[in-house]
This record gives sequence, structure tokens and C-alpha cells, in this order.
Amino acid sequence: MEFVMAIVIGILFMAAVYLILSKSLLRIILGTGLLSHGAHLLILTMGGLGGTSPPVLAEGVTDYVDPLPQALILTAIVISFGVTAFIIVLFYRTYAEHKTDNMNLMKGNDEHD
Amino acid sequence: MKTNDVILQTGTKVVFFIIFLFSIHIFFAGHFAPGGGFVGGLLTTAAIVLLLLAFDLKTVQKALPFNFMIVVAVGLLLALGTAAGSILFDVPFFTHAYDDFNLPLFGVSSLHTAMIFDAGVYLVVVGSTITMIQTIGGDS
Amino acid sequence: MEFVLLIFLPIVAALFVPFLYKTVKNIHTGWFVFIISAALFIYYLRFIEKTLNGNVDTSTLSWIPSLDIAFIAYIDGLSLLFSLLITGIGALVVLYSIFYLDKKREKLNNFYVYLLMFMTAMLGIVQSDHMITLYLFWELTSISSFLLIGYWYTRDRSRFGALKSMMITVFGGLMMLGGLVLLSIMGDTYSIRELIANASSFIGHDYFTLALVLVLLGAFTKSAQFPFYIWLPDAMEAPTPVSAYLHSATMVKAGLYLVARFTPIFASSEVWIWLVTGIGLLTLFWGSFFAVKQTDLKAILAFSTVSQLGLIMSLLGASAVAYHVTGADAAIFKFAAFAAIFHLINHAMFKGSLFMVAGIVDHETGTRDIRKLGGLMSIMPVSFTVAFIGSMSMAGLPPFGGFLSKELFLTSMLALRDFELFNFATWGIIFPIVAWVASVFTFVYSFYFVFKTFAGKRKMQSLPKEPKETSLGMLLSPVVLAAIVVVIFFIPNLIGKMFVKPAVVAMQSGLYNHPDEVTVNVSAWHGWSPELMMTLGIIALGAFLFLTMSKWQKLYDIQPQYFSLNALYDTLMVFGESGMNRLSRFYMTGLIRTYLVYMFAFIAAITTAALFIQDAFAVDMESFSPLNTYGIMTAVILVLAVVMVLFAKTRLAAIIALGGVGYSVALFFVIYKAPDLALTQLVIETVSVALFLLAFHHLPALKRHGESTKFRLGNFIIAAAVGITMTLLALSAHSQKLIPSISQYYKDTVFTEAAGGNIVNVILVDYRGFDTLFEIAVLAIAGIGVYSMIRLRLSRKENSDENK
Repeated sequence: MEFVMAIVIGILFMAAVYLILSKSLLRIILGTGLLSHGAHLLILTMGGLGGTSPPVLAEGVTDYVDPLPQALILTAIVISFGVTAFIIVLFYRTYAEHKTDNMNLMKGNDEHD
Repeated sequence: MKTNDVILQTGTKVVFFIIFLFSIHIFFAGHFAPGGGFVGGLLTTAAIVLLLLAFDLKTVQKALPFNFMIVVAVGLLLALGTAAGSILFDVPFFTHAYDDFNLPLFGVSSLHTAMIFDAGVYLVVVGSTITMIQTIGGDS
Repeated sequence: MEFVLLIFLPIVAALFVPFLYKTVKNIHTGWFVFIISAALFIYYLRFIEKTLNGNVDTSTLSWIPSLDIAFIAYIDGLSLLFSLLITGIGALVVLYSIFYLDKKREKLNNFYVYLLMFMTAMLGIVQSDHMITLYLFWELTSISSFLLIGYWYTRDRSRFGALKSMMITVFGGLMMLGGLVLLSIMGDTYSIRELIANASSFIGHDYFTLALVLVLLGAFTKSAQFPFYIWLPDAMEAPTPVSAYLHSATMVKAGLYLVARFTPIFASSEVWIWLVTGIGLLTLFWGSFFAVKQTDLKAILAFSTVSQLGLIMSLLGASAVAYHVTGADAAIFKFAAFAAIFHLINHAMFKGSLFMVAGIVDHETGTRDIRKLGGLMSIMPVSFTVAFIGSMSMAGLPPFGGFLSKELFLTSMLALRDFELFNFATWGIIFPIVAWVASVFTFVYSFYFVFKTFAGKRKMQSLPKEPKETSLGMLLSPVVLAAIVVVIFFIPNLIGKMFVKPAVVAMQSGLYNHPDEVTVNVSAWHGWSPELMMTLGIIALGAFLFLTMSKWQKLYDIQPQYFSLNALYDTLMVFGESGMNRLSRFYMTGLIRTYLVYMFAFIAAITTAALFIQDAFAVDMESFSPLNTYGIMTAVILVLAVVMVLFAKTRLAAIIALGGVGYSVALFFVIYKAPDLALTQLVIETVSVALFLLAFHHLPALKRHGESTKFRLGNFIIAAAVGITMTLLALSAHSQKLIPSISQYYKDTVFTEAAGGNIVNVILVDYRGFDTLFEIAVLAIAGIGVYSMIRLRLSRKENSDENK
């Protein structure tokens, strides 16, 4: 199963990077969303997908799933939500101020400050 | 055009409390069963988002007259305070304590300082997400 | 008391200077600074009785124990001599500055803060035993020198000079750091004393010569040796007290200190002797030769300082020879060390007084241009006397201290002829000749300085101000220094016993056990020796050249402006600046996409390279869990949703597809037994979709902005590279576990230690509570960020203003 997951992760990262490199702001937001999903699954797969029981103590169970990746992912999920919200606002404010969502037209360099 | 959403609004009034109570339950259950501050906080947020969808921003603000930024601040203070409080008992920063207490109504319960910390997490999650949603929704 | 703390006394006092400057308006801020440096001077005097017997004293202040870095103050004869010079001359210079700098017009708070900072830095250099702190203090002197040169920062020349000195000395400092690090690798210690003690163990080391050259680069840039001296004349834009203090008496001698301190380590090397002696002599000649060309009083003194520093440098080089000879010859080279230290003291005295006189002339006449000056002798008799004493000492005439050290210098240079190692037998004759020629020019510029200013015809009409003798306060410091110059001539052996010999013992450690073993006896008259003959020759030729100066001074104009070290520096700077600009413009396009391309390309390249170079790629089929029908179905759904996101034509479709990806991920969490994650992901996904819908009417429609096929292909290649890298990474990371996971500990102790049942949640709130604390802080910051971007924006304010 790990092999399938590795390929899914690769596809998620690939799509995310492709979207992030495009010119449209909205596609970049979508890309960051996919990127965090990819990262979460990557952490999960690294820890291994075996184990028969969720990491909650129960009588007579010893084969728990690795809890550490789950703890890491849990914080990552919440943070990625915060970041997504932040990016959405950042982008639509940018769009409102510059009247464009074309990244190629948003170019900063030293001469403009 | 004014939309007719009586069913949604009536349903929401009931469902809101169910989700909210569930979120409280999930929050308290967190130490032994799936749940905790993050999930609890997010479920509460979801309940409030449902309110926002069914009613409008102003009504919800009237019904829940908190400044959610202050909720965030209280949450952060609670979490930091729990962590820092351990210094007063001459144990390293972030050492948690627990014991069993016999509470009326609940029977013997295990109480943890980790719960207070988790409550801070809960408040920060609710505060920040609602702040975000309210400000984005309120931006015209 | 831990005297290491005293190093920091000046810089701590500097914290109070701005307050004193603001609150105590009636008293010149300099007085407070004067008290500090004078008190330090008196305190350090106490150490004389220790060093007199060759004893040392240390005091330690721990700084970064984990890296083995500590401030170790170490006082032996050499450090003590420098400490006394720093604080003593410091006190006199501050006294002088009190009258030189007007308390109403000048920004005294800045000035004294920088000066005190410098004092700490300088004391730190000479007392540090730890090489890293030595380096830190070394750079701090460069920085305070930069600030002091640029004190009148509204002037172009000041800023230029400040930058130039900074560039050159910091360059040298970095080179020196390299050398020090190499030394620490070779000797396996950061302590200079320990390095000296086991110097013999790493003499043949591969890095030895490299470390030597690097350390010397530091010393040469700081002590303004050829060809790095060019910063010193431009540093004369600093206020005169600064020139007297930093750029003649103390900071430029830090390089000499460094060479003296490291002599026991490097003396065994032929390169060291040739470089130090050779560059020293070349600088001596070069500086004295070009000093005569100058027309600015301070520029003459600057070049003379360069030249005198070269003289001391060459003596230090010669003193290293003492490690190679034995018997009667050795005595002469031990002489050289004595001569070096002795001249260092003399130079600090007479050059300090000369700078102060130059400042007085500038202050009272309004110009430093020697062509406009003349005949001031009768108007400023005291200043003239001081200048006369200083110049005659500099020219090496009796009855002044400079005469004695010059004789010692000539003796040492003559002795180099007879040194038989390292080709000195063939080339050694050059040393006394160069030394003699340079001494002639020294004689000429000394006379040039004093007599063109104070003797001859008065040129009143060319002076911006009516000249008069200056105030008593300003004269006090130069007079004290001039008096010392005379006194030294009469009690050289007392000075030698008290200051020079202990310093020589510190410098040539291993050759002596006690200062009294340094058997040098200085006398003004030592028979009709070759040295005396040479001095007579210097006086004769020098006097002749001085008298005929107007005839041959024009010869200097032959050298074209564009063919000089300064021009080389300017070209380098201009070229460096434009080159760097072009370079950074080449890759810094200002487009975020470009930077993202760099990042992603590097992630893919570096990770893949590391995987294969380290042979880390591994796929352990055995550890894979069996295929799972639900898992495969979810994977298919997820990939389909991803494809939908990629090809969505409208924003709504894209957002819904993104939600689909999120819910599939939640399903994965369910399948892989992560109930907390599944719950969280489901709720988050719901709230996220709501968030997107709320923000919907602010967002633009989904447009491609005419992305060309080439553009898309480039993106695709990078994206594919990153995707494949991540797949490989996921497989390898799963298959290889270098160290056992901490998870088992969590599983075992979750009930016993934390009294919990849900391991994930206990990790979050208890085991790794710190992470969670910071995470909610991040979440709060994101919330505040969203809030402030929307509610507190500027454009809205402007709009509402317009509406009114």
C-alpha cells in the first residue's frame, strides 16, 4: 500500500507545484492547498501504514498505529488552514489593490521602493 | 429577491446546539478517546459557521457578542499560563500534573492540568477561525 | 576583582554617555570619559610590579561555554604596555578633545560613545587570550574606527575615508579569522598561550604557511603596511583627536601587537621573517618617500605613521631571527625586539603630540595646507616647541627618545647582513641600505613638517583665520607627551626595565625566563660605531635634501594619478559594485515565480542527489502493508479530484474539486486508523469550503493569462521533478529507519506518565506541548494578519476621506 501512497503523494506534489508556478493567483491558492495535503500524506506514509489499532489505549491491544506522525499532522492541518485563510485574504487584497491577478505583472524590484 | 430559508434557519437553531454540545464532549473526551482541543474548537467553529450560513453576519454577532480576538488572547494566556505555572511548583516548564478527584454528580474523575492547556488551544482555535471568517465575510 | 570586567567598563560607560550629554549640559561630556580612562590607566599601573618579575595574571569570564568560548583577559608585559598606552594616551586625547570639540556645535554624545567603544575593543584585543574573542574585538575596532572617521558624516570625504578603512581592515580581519581558525585546528586549542606552548608540534603542518600568511594579512591591513596603507591617509578626515588616538597611537598598532604576539609561533618560518621584515622595510621607505610629497599637515603625519609602523614591523621581523641563532649573534637579534617595543613607545609619544599640534594649527588658523602656513613660530611658541621636540625625535636626533630607538634600529638592520640562514647572506645587505635611505627621507619630512609650518615667511593673507596661541587646556596634552619624549632620552634604561623588558619577555617567550635576562643597555653614546656614522650621513644628506626641497619636490608629479594604489582601489570598488549589481540583477528578476522555480528545482536536485550520492534510496518491499481495496479506491478518487482541480474551467468547480481532495485525504485517515486526524480533516475541509465561498466574490475568475506551451512545459518539468523526488523520498523514508522512533516510548508511558489514553492528544498537550503552544501562536498570528489586512488597510482610509 505504501507504494500506491508514494505515487499519490508524487501526484499531489506535482500538481501542487505546477499550479503554484502558474500565472493566476487563484491557481496558486489551489496549489498551496494541494501542497499541504501532499505533505500530510507524506508524513503519514513515512511513519508506516501498518498497525491494526488506532492509537487510543484499549484493553488487550498492543499493535497500535504509530501516533507520532498523527500528532505532527494534526498540528499541520490546523496550521495549513490558518495559512490558507491568510493566503486567500492576501491574494484577494492584492487583486483588489492591483486590479489584476496575473503574477507576471506583479514584479517588484529595488527601483520601486 | 429575498430567499425563503425558514427550514434552514429552524433546523439550524436545533442543530447548532447539538453540534456545540458534541464539540464540548469531544473536547473533554480528548485525553482518553479521539478528540481534544483542536477538534473540539473546530467543531464549535463549524457550528458557528452553520449559524452564519443560515442567518447573516449581524444577527450572529448579536447572538454571540464576543470579540473573538479577545478569545484568542485569553486562549493564548491560558495555554502559556499553564505551561509557565509549573515553574511556581519548582518543576520544569510545561510539567503537567493530574490526580483523581471525587466530584459530586460525576463521581471519581481524573483531572489534569493538561486539560487547562487544551482549553487554551480550544479557545485559540475558535477565536482565530471565527475572526478570520467574520472579517472575510464582513469585507465588502 | 576580576579585571576582565574592566575591559567592558568603557563600553558600559558608553551607555550612559547619551544621558549625561542630554542632562548635564554645563559640563563638557568629555570630562566623564576622561575620568574613566584615567582611572583605568591608574588601575593598570598596579600590574607593573607583577610584570616586572615576568609574572602574568589572568581573569576569565565565561561567555559561550558550550562552544568553549570565554573572555580570558591575560596580562603580561606586552598586554600591559599596550593597555597602558590605550588608557594613558586615551586619557590625554580625551582631555585634548574637550577643548578641541565645541560642546555646543558637535554631537559629543556620538563621539564619546564611539571612542569608549573603541577603548573596550582595543583593550579586548591586547588582553584576549582566546582567539575568537580576539577576532571579535579586532572587528569592533574596525567598526568604531569607521564610525569615528565618518564622524562628520555630512562630508563626502569623511564617508569615503570611513568606507575605505572599513573595507580594507575588515577584509584583513576576515583573512585573519581564517588564519586563527587554521591555527586552532593545528594546535587543537583556541588559547594563544597554549598555542605558543605547543608551537613546535605543528610547525611542519600543511596549513602552517597558509595560516601565517592569513594572520599577517590581518596585521598588515590593520597596521597600514604596503600595499594596504592607502586607507590611513584617507582616515585623516576624522577629527584630529581621533587621528592622534586611533590612527597613530593605538589602533594601527594592533597589527604590530598581533605580529609580536604570534612571533613565538611563527618565528621558525622563513616566510615569516622575510615577509615581516621585507614588507616592513618597504613600507618604511614608501611611507617616508611619499610623506615629502604631501601638502596637508595631517597627510604628512599619516604617511610618516605608515613609515614608522613599517620600521617597527621590520624590527619585529628581525627579532624572529633570534630563534634561529645562538651565542653572540643572538644577543643582537634580541636587541631587535627591544628596539621594536622601545620605538613603539617613542612613536606613540611623539606622533601623538605631533597630531595634536597639527590639530591646534588647524584649529587656530583654519587650514592644514602647508603651502599656506609659515612663520607661526613667534605667534604660537608653545605649539612650536612641542612640534619641534616631536619632529626631532621622529628624525632621530638627540637629545630625544627617537634618537635612541633609531640607533637600535640601525644596529639590528646591520646585523641582518650577518645572518646566514634563508639566503640572508646574499640579500641581507639590502636591509641596512633601504633602512638608511628611508631614514634620510624621515629626516626630510620631519624638518619639512615643523619648519614649513613654523619657520619662514608669514603668509597672513592666505590664512582663513587670524592665528593666535591656543588655549592652555588644548596645549596640556601635547606638552605632557613632548615632555615624556625628552625624559625618555635621559632615562631609557628605567623605561626599558619597567615596560620594554617585560614586553620583550612576553614576545620572545621561550628565550627568557625573567625580564632581567634581557641584557640590553641603551646609551646615547656608544663610541664611533657604524650606526653613528650612518646617523651622521643621514643628517648631512637629509639637511641637503631639505634645503634643496623646492627644486626636486616636483619630481613627484611625474607619477600619473591613474597609476597608483588609490586608483586601483577605486577601480576595484567601482567594478565590484557594478559587477555585483549586474550579477544579482541577472538572477533576481523581481518575479516571485522565478524564485519559486529556484526553490523547487533545488529541492528536487539536492534531494535526489543526496539520495543517490549517500546511497540512501531503498525500497523495502517486505515492510509494506498489504494492498487495501478501500485505500486504492480512495487513491483513485483523490487522483481524479486532483485532475479536476488542474483542468477546472471555473473557480467553483476548482474549489469543489479541492474540497474533494480534502475529503479523500480524510478518508485515508479513516482507513489508516487515525480517528483524530479524520475528525479534524473533515471539519477543517468543511470550514475551508465555507471560507472559500465567503471569499468568493472577492476572487477573480479563473484565467490562464495566455500561458504559452513553452511556459507550461517548463512548469511541468519542474513539477514532475518535484513529484518524482517526493515519491522517492516517501519510499526511502519509509523503508529506512536510521534510529528507532520515539513512538514506542510514547506508547509505553502514555498511561503511566501522563495518565491519558489518546496517545495523539497526549503528545499534543503534554509530551510535545511546546510545539502546540507555538502552533496556536501561529494560528493567532494568522488570525491577526487576516484581520489587519482587511480592517486596517490604508486604501480604505483614503477612500473614506474622499467620501467626506
